[in-house]
Amino acid sequence: MLNTGLLIILSLAALWTVMTRSLIKSTIGLAFTSIVLTIIMFRLNSPLAAVFELSVCTGLITVIFVSTISLASPLTPKEVELLSAARLKRFWYLPVILVLVGVGLLFVKVPLDFPLPHNPAGHDVRTVLWNERVLDLFGQVIILLAGAFGVAVLFKERKKK
Amino acid sequence: MTQVSWPMFLMYCYFTAFVFIAGIYCILATRRLIRIMIGLELLTKGVTLLLIAVGYLMNNTGLTQALVITLIVIEVVVIATMGGIVLSVYRVHNSLESKYLRKLKW
Repeated sequence: MLNTGLLIILSLAALWTVMTRSLIKSTIGLAFTSIVLTIIMFRLNSPLAAVFELSVCTGLITVIFVSTISLASPLTPKEVELLSAARLKRFWYLPVILVLVGVGLLFVKVPLDFPLPHNPAGHDVRTVLWNERVLDLFGQVIILLAGAFGVAVLFKERKKK
Repeated sequence: MTQVSWPMFLMYCYFTAFVFIAGIYCILATRRLIRIMIGLELLTKGVTLLLIAVGYLMNNTGLTQALVITLIVIEVVVIATMGGIVLSVYRVHNSLESKYLRKLKW
């Protein structure tokens, strides 16, 4: 019951993130979505991934969004007015689509009689990460280095001629 | 895990679909580059939720947590790099609209 409530809050937060006009509010909505997802992950027996989600997605990514938004200058009131009118036309379809998809999914019959694979060991995440998925770790290191290089190049101020 | 978990898993699938649709719609319906980043972020939230639910259903949270950690690392690098690209576009065109990226076509 609590999980259902959390999932409903997650969906509403995602909807608000998409529908809200201000980019800062949208970023806050995204951070709230991450927090709710973190709680769900804790409840689904995945604490380590939940900690990563909370620290990286809620913290670091929000900081990246806010700094990107703050480095760009705000719109003029006239531009805001024009964009708001256009936004309303484009985004009011989303709640309707979500309701239609929800109603459609209620009528989909999924066969639930196939057995689940037996997995008594339930390996620990540290064992999996360090023993079975070592290549993933190498990939993560390479991607992080590439990302750091990219950020250093892209965020650097240009020299004015 | 018992058979009772299947309806619960289906519920997670439905809500994953909602979050995924919201993300795709956000990407398709806007021309603002930062909104596109937010939509991409919502898509990865949906994938994360589905992975965690699958791990819980199969009683193999170790593997799915490892995958989610890898996903989060890739996600943060992609978002940081996209942020840099958005700022570069802003510096050149003084706008956050994606229509200026059409000039990248040859």
